[in-house]
Amino acid sequence: MSSHFKTLQSKHTGYRIIVILLAAIALVGYGAAHYMELEGHWVTGMNNQVVWGLPHVFAIFLILAASGALNVASISSVFGRSVYKPWSRLSALLAVCLLVGGLIILVLDLGRPERLIVAMTHYNFKSIFAWNIFLYTGFILVVAGYLWTMFERGMNQHSSKVGIFAFAWRFVLTSGTGSIFGFLVARQFYDAAMMVPMFIVLSLVLGTAIFILLSQLLAHWSQQPVLPELLERLVSLLAIFIVLELFLVTVFHFTNLYATEHHGIERFILIDGGMYTFIFWAGQVFLGGVVPAALVFLSTWGRSPQGIKLVAILAIFGAMAQLYVTIIGGQAYPLVLFPGKEVSSTFYDGVVAQYSPSLPELLLGVGGVALAVLLVILATRILPFMPDDRVSRSVS
Amino acid sequence: MNLSSESKQPAKQPDGQRRRLLAGVAGAVSLGSVGGGFSLIELALAKSEDETISSLNRWGLLIDTAKCASGCDACVKGCSTEHNLDGFDRPETDAQWIRKLEVTDRQTGHVSSLPMLCQHCEDPPCVDVCPTGASFRREDGIVLVDKHICIGCRYCVMACPYKARSFVHESLHNQKSYSPRGKGTVESCTLCVHRIDDDRTPACVESCNRDGNGAMVFGDLNDADSQIAQTMRDTPSRQIREDLGLNTGVRYQNL
Ligand code: SF4
Ligand code: SF4
Repeated sequence: MSSHFKTLQSKHTGYRIIVILLAAIALVGYGAAHYMELEGHWVTGMNNQVVWGLPHVFAIFLILAASGALNVASISSVFGRSVYKPWSRLSALLAVCLLVGGLIILVLDLGRPERLIVAMTHYNFKSIFAWNIFLYTGFILVVAGYLWTMFERGMNQHSSKVGIFAFAWRFVLTSGTGSIFGFLVARQFYDAAMMVPMFIVLSLVLGTAIFILLSQLLAHWSQQPVLPELLERLVSLLAIFIVLELFLVTVFHFTNLYATEHHGIERFILIDGGMYTFIFWAGQVFLGGVVPAALVFLSTWGRSPQGIKLVAILAIFGAMAQLYVTIIGGQAYPLVLFPGKEVSSTFYDGVVAQYSPSLPELLLGVGGVALAVLLVILATRILPFMPDDRVSRSVS
Repeated sequence: MNLSSESKQPAKQPDGQRRRLLAGVAGAVSLGSVGGGFSLIELALAKSEDETISSLNRWGLLIDTAKCASGCDACVKGCSTEHNLDGFDRPETDAQWIRKLEVTDRQTGHVSSLPMLCQHCEDPPCVDVCPTGASFRREDGIVLVDKHICIGCRYCVMACPYKARSFVHESLHNQKSYSPRGKGTVESCTLCVHRIDDDRTPACVESCNRDGNGAMVFGDLNDADSQIAQTMRDTPSRQIREDLGLNTGVRYQNL
């Protein structure tokens, strides 16, 4: 089957408004980062107890989503499912743009963002962070190459080989991202091999959900609806990923409960961690996990166009909750220096750290997301990323 | 902002120190003829004048928690004055290189008081995770941050098991030339490397001896004749979070 593609040509006023809005949000986000840099990080909610805050939640959200967004292209070229093929360009484009958005947040939140060049020229190869710099830039290059094989007729034949390579790369990339936390032996919540599979499945959840929403938005503007069969398949996949993630999270907490040394942190997250406990049960498990999975598996409405949108939104919400609990909650729980003993000091030893996200952090995070979406929209305007009518018809 | 780095270059080791070191080794091999033996050892060990930071030394601290008193913070004050760590009255973001911990045993109710600071780990997680290599360990065991290369990612703060690191959250003024600090970078106890390279004792130890209870001993763990090495050989001492196997340069007694 040969696929046909076109650029996005929308005359919708909604389109214009959204583009302007996204650009404005991205600019405000940049302004917020600039303010944080000028004043220093004391103007944020972050402190010496919770050193990674909301910007990191958003950045990792986007980085995971990037890897997961490649799903559609992977299924098409690795598993040869033709119904996904018309959307594989958009899927690869999303992957690159989401990653760029996430990386920009990370860089802008650095204490010394102007030293980016230092990070590019000084490497400590023992650092998983340094490895990730290669994994991320490499991913952008590999997916760019993948896109080229999709765009260039003469290169089409290589598309599935490059696709398999990109598919492998994204698993390594997500493992690398999970390892940022998994290697932190000092912190009770992160010191677990389970971090990596949880991050991988979370990326599948996020990427699929974001693809469902954005492809529908773009398809709406280009008067080119996404096929209902494709959407149904995607939402079924999404629900499977959600259930898988719920399963992994359960295993993670059960294995933690098995080891006495982890009882403190488990109690904190599951029972008496206040807001974190609430976000875990209400956000991550219930609204972001059980509800969307139930909607898909137990009701027909969950597979209707409106239902699918809601399921995707809930899934994104749940993933966000999970990242918040993991990243912030994991730091809020105090380091254990003396197991079995009570510790106090002027430096918040032995007490749960306070963290409330500040406006600049929120703006920076949201700005990064806006930038990612804006890049997607602008790119679809310039190059033929969107599937053309004829193909969709031939498939249906 | 104007920053100068903690020198990565080896500093000159004063003659006195080198002589001490050589004397220690000479004693260990118990030479008959000091004259002839000395030149042999000198051949084996002596380094050029400007390359004297060496793994032959391992600087460390021994803290006797039996002597350290609850409520005493002479060491903290000494550090704060030495490095100008006066904060902004924002305890959540102000830097603390050394702090006093009160540790209460839940079973027995026994309370110990002790200073907590960078433990100058032999296998420091902060150095392992640092993407740029800004966190580094000197040959002589002192763990430092090169503030020219630190990008302020705070991964080292996440990785340190002792909460020994602080991120500089705002602009600083009146810094000491020997202890450069800068907004947006991470810092921690330098073991007063500027004093050590000058053959002096870290400020906290000096303050503890002068204004506190003499609970801290500083010295070379590798020098069998040093007070610290002898005390550690004769009496039990321990590392905090020994389970992590970091081989810390800071050890505690009576804990
Ligand atoms: S105590 Fe912390 S900051 Fe000091 S060397 Fe060990 S890991 Fe690094
Ligand atoms: S904050 Fe600085 S010293 Fe710490 S890991 Fe990052 S670059 Fe290295």
